[in-house]
Amino acid sequence: MQNSDSIRNGIRFALLILLQVLLCNQINFLGYINPFIYPLFILVYPLTGNKALLIFLSFLLGLTIDIFGDSGGIHAAACVFIAWIRPIALKYSFGVSYEYNTIDIAKANISRQITYIATMVLFHHLILFSLEIFSVAHILLILKYTLFTSIFSGIMIHGSILLFSRTAQ
Amino acid sequence: MQQIIYFFLRNKNFLLFLFLFTISIGLTLQTHSYHSNRFLNSANFFSGGIYSIQSGITGYFDLKKHNTNLVEENKRLRSQIESMKAVAPGAIIDTSAYYSDYIFRNARVIHNSYAKTKNQLTINRGRNDSLKIDMGVITSNGIVGKITHVSSNYASVQSVLNIKSQTNAKLKSTNHFGTLKWDTQNPSIVKLEDIPRLAPVALGDTVVTGGSSTIFPEGVLVGFVKQFVLNEGDDYYDLSVELFNDMTNLSHVYIIENKEKEEIKTLEVEVEDAEQ
Repeated sequence: MQNSDSIRNGIRFALLILLQVLLCNQINFLGYINPFIYPLFILVYPLTGNKALLIFLSFLLGLTIDIFGDSGGIHAAACVFIAWIRPIALKYSFGVSYEYNTIDIAKANISRQITYIATMVLFHHLILFSLEIFSVAHILLILKYTLFTSIFSGIMIHGSILLFSRTAQ
Repeated sequence: MQQIIYFFLRNKNFLLFLFLFTISIGLTLQTHSYHSNRFLNSANFFSGGIYSIQSGITGYFDLKKHNTNLVEENKRLRSQIESMKAVAPGAIIDTSAYYSDYIFRNARVIHNSYAKTKNQLTINRGRNDSLKIDMGVITSNGIVGKITHVSSNYASVQSVLNIKSQTNAKLKSTNHFGTLKWDTQNPSIVKLEDIPRLAPVALGDTVVTGGSSTIFPEGVLVGFVKQFVLNEGDDYYDLSVELFNDMTNLSHVYIIENKEKEEIKTLEVEVEDAEQ
């Protein structure tokens, strides 16, 4: 079980990077909206998995995206942050007991799913664009980018969770 | 002692987060400084390889348009040659007289971004093709940017659509100099600042690169004046320049090497040292 989980995570890691870099970074919807689908890795990482390992893997994930996009460390910073707040976001969205009952994110109540995804995606994008634009004078630009990109990323991530959840057991 | 160890064990996730977050912020801050020597960029074996595979596939989609561009350029150059022959008919062409300070090399864009605030391009030539940092990149239509990183087979180019980019440019008709910057609003419009109010500016005036930079030769096309504002009491115009290049669709580019650059740089450093 442990082994198959690591393999699945590894494949997901590589696939999401390729999907992000080769497809999502080229969309440029309305000129500037590129959805970010790779935070999906952090969102669906096994709920009972090692938290320190998740933080480290998120750093690697973000850094790889940064290397492809020539963006320094902005994705790495955003990923590490949401990996760290993930237990808090889970507790807030699914209740205290998430660690003991193995909750399947795709089968939970729809409003809980949306709360969880929206919190994580909004924090990720806020940090990402704050660091990319890096200027207090452009705070409206940061909020605009965060809001519109979050909507698209959220829809894509939620769609992927629903699409790839193992419904047929 | 035990207390300290317990503290570390209890907060190990937070400390790991803090450590990695600090590294990320450090890497980010590096990209905000003007003359950074980043070691993490897309001009490396791994991402360069993936980008060149991708561009090998998607490169076919725009072949028709790029071929038309190249034919147009050939046509223009041919008519230039013919007009030169008309000036000096029958003259023996002495190629040693065509000495130029600049060497041109060609490359292909394998990755292009234009929707961010700091846009970069990746091209499929690198150190093995004698590319160096701070060489200019242009197309037949106008300027593209300058090289900021090189690996053995790839190079990363800072696009003019980058808030860090500052290019010396002038009005072709009057030779008034200014600085070309980008305000992140539109990938086809850049701003030309510091043109003095006494310059006669008109809509549609051509803007070309100025001669005071060692990156671009004088007179490389940039764009035309699309809009100009002169505020009351201002000494300088606020010019919007529409680029001749379609920055969203680039394929074949030329890289310019200035052979005199080392000498100019050395001289400038000597003068600076002497003044101190």
